[in-house]
Amino acid sequence: MIELRCVSKFFGGRRAVGPLDLTVGKGEFVALLGGSGCGKTTTLKMINGLVAPDAGHVLIEGVASGAEPPYRLRRRIGYVFQEIGLFPHMSVAENIAVGPGLAGWDKPRIAARIVELLDLVALPPDVAARMPSALSGGQRQRVGVARALAAGPALMLMDEPFGALDPVTRDALGRDYRALHERLELTTVMVTHDVMEALLLADRIVVLEAGRILADGPPAALLAHHPHPTVRALMETPRRQARSVEALAAGDAHG
Amino acid sequence: MDERFAAAWGLLPVYLSQHVLLSLTALFLGFAISLPLAVAAGRSAAVRWPSLFAASLIQTIPSLALLALFYPLLLALSALSVAWFGRGFAALGFLPSVMALTLYSMLPILRNGVAGILGVDPAAVEAARGMGMTDVQRLMRVELPLAAPVVMAGARTAAVWTIGAATLSTPVGQTSLGNYIFSGLQTENWVYVLFGCAAAAVLALSADQLLGLIESGLARRSRWRVWTGALGIVVGAVAALSPLVAAPSGASYVVGAKNFSEQYILAELIASRIKAGGARVTRKEDLGSATAYRALAAGEIDVYVDYSGTLWTNVMQEKNNPGRWEVLSGLKKGLMRRDGVLVLGPLGFENAYALAMRADRAKALAVSSVADLAAHAGSLTLGSDLEFLSRPEWAALQRAYELNFRKETAYQPTFMYRALEDGEVDVISAFSSDGRISANHLLVLADPRGALPPYDAVILISPRRARDRRLIAALAPLLGAIPVQAMRAANLSVDRDRNKLTPAAAAAMLARLAKPAPAE
Repeated sequence: MIELRCVSKFFGGRRAVGPLDLTVGKGEFVALLGGSGCGKTTTLKMINGLVAPDAGHVLIEGVASGAEPPYRLRRRIGYVFQEIGLFPHMSVAENIAVGPGLAGWDKPRIAARIVELLDLVALPPDVAARMPSALSGGQRQRVGVARALAAGPALMLMDEPFGALDPVTRDALGRDYRALHERLELTTVMVTHDVMEALLLADRIVVLEAGRILADGPPAALLAHHPHPTVRALMETPRRQARSVEALAAGDAHG
Repeated sequence: MDERFAAAWGLLPVYLSQHVLLSLTALFLGFAISLPLAVAAGRSAAVRWPSLFAASLIQTIPSLALLALFYPLLLALSALSVAWFGRGFAALGFLPSVMALTLYSMLPILRNGVAGILGVDPAAVEAARGMGMTDVQRLMRVELPLAAPVVMAGARTAAVWTIGAATLSTPVGQTSLGNYIFSGLQTENWVYVLFGCAAAAVLALSADQLLGLIESGLARRSRWRVWTGALGIVVGAVAALSPLVAAPSGASYVVGAKNFSEQYILAELIASRIKAGGARVTRKEDLGSATAYRALAAGEIDVYVDYSGTLWTNVMQEKNNPGRWEVLSGLKKGLMRRDGVLVLGPLGFENAYALAMRADRAKALAVSSVADLAAHAGSLTLGSDLEFLSRPEWAALQRAYELNFRKETAYQPTFMYRALEDGEVDVISAFSSDGRISANHLLVLADPRGALPPYDAVILISPRRARDRRLIAALAPLLGAIPVQAMRAANLSVDRDRNKLTPAAAAAMLARLAKPAPAE
């Protein structure tokens, strides 16, 4: 589905990413995990051409990006990011309609699709007529997901999609999205700095540091004793936190 | 009071329609240029700083000067156009006004356009790119709609500035609401001045409110507001412009006038003669002295009254003074040869530049001529009109009498007389046909050395109309028919403080006072 071959990106003479090789298969849910400045967002944006690599090749479904104008490629890829970027001058329905409109769908089909998508992201139908400013943070991010899915992409790119939400909403939305990923047979690449989120949602975690891949494997494999100390420390954190929470809960129960 | 108000009201359709046409065209052009420029500037800092700098620079040029500068520029371009394509264009009136006002309207639209586009939420821009919008789609569907309220706020400022500055297009020959203000200022008709200011203010405020409705409609995404505002502008513009459509088209004579009372009165007199002959007349008033002659030579006005000494020194560049009749016959030949301009003949009075003092003050100093004055000049202040100090006549006077005043100050003619009366200045550059000379008890100082040339008022006709028998026949009865006393009385009737006449009424009075044309 996605192939990054030896890609590099420089910002102001400094290498931000690469040289980096990454292949994502059809149907995979891959988390790009790392601290801020590790190059995970840049890597994600090189997939849909929002950032052009300075070296190397990006292939989507076997076709090198650059073979067509980048906006054509982006219309086939869903894109969700933390700030959401709902268009404030358009209603929810109009926001969702943008992608299908760009893809040249007719009006009845778009209207039907809006109803379908609101249902899919578990929003009541009357949200359609509202302006984004009248929605809660969680509702907005659900609309963001619906908008990204509207034109029926096979590939979804998500940049810290749930980062700005409260923990309860974040958990609910994450699980809902994982279910959608299964149901719609999507391929998803998600950027996150949250180890727990990566562990619970992804099939495969790619740990990045200073623009290079530090580890790449299924969550269980990374949780098992990893040779690299940074990865080990990274994976240890949620476990330690979980143990502490368990201990607190147990203490509370006995106390 | 009532009569002047009624006269002002009667002129409103013509002045307002011209004013609206001018402002609307300038704003439309300003918007059409500034908005794409703002988009380019929003994209690239290399466009942003130079364009904003240039627009700010233009804004620092006084608007009247900006308007005035376009006249010589267009005149030169027109001459080039004649040389290259065999056709020129009018360098006076609408064209220079609309160009200057367009430039003037650009800064607020440009500045707000850049701010609006740069102020669009980066997340919305990234979403637009991420979803696969092209650059143009992103601009049209996301950036411009989101920047629209800020852009409209700029357009609002531009509209108010442009409508205000359009009143200054009167001196370059474009009719506007400024005609009330300029002619009112010259004839001390404060009803006219106030009427012009009020009309321009009402127009600017209406435009501001309607554009404000569109702006708030865009900000609140209320279609109702946007459409009401737009409809209001369209209805207002159509109503204001309707007199232009209703006016009959076709050839008409353009009568010019410089910017003082006598010129307005004579222009009215000439206009009424032409109308009596069955032809139509349009006006270009408040022209500068040099502008008027060049406009005539270029055919932008057909007829106006100038003064032989002015033409002799300024146009013919003559420095000597051979005497009244030699100057007149020299002009007749010289102007025809030089520009094809016909000197139809003198009206019968002189309006000479002369130095004048209050009679009591002259007596106290024992001054009766410029020669006497020279000895006292070092302790006296000269008040002049706006152009006298830069005219060759002043240089000639200084040379002939070695005049060196303590201080020289230029005024609007109206305020010059006031300054003399109040003792702010001791000597003024007066006009010998001015009614205020006798009314204010002034003494005109003699010019024993003949430094100043004669100033016979003469009718000039443009090259295009030089063989126009109908025009010549209509104006011939005025030649030699206006004695200086009649002109002074007419001038005073317009310039005095009480019981003022409009220039048109003064022209009617002058027609009655004029000597019957000598039988041929």
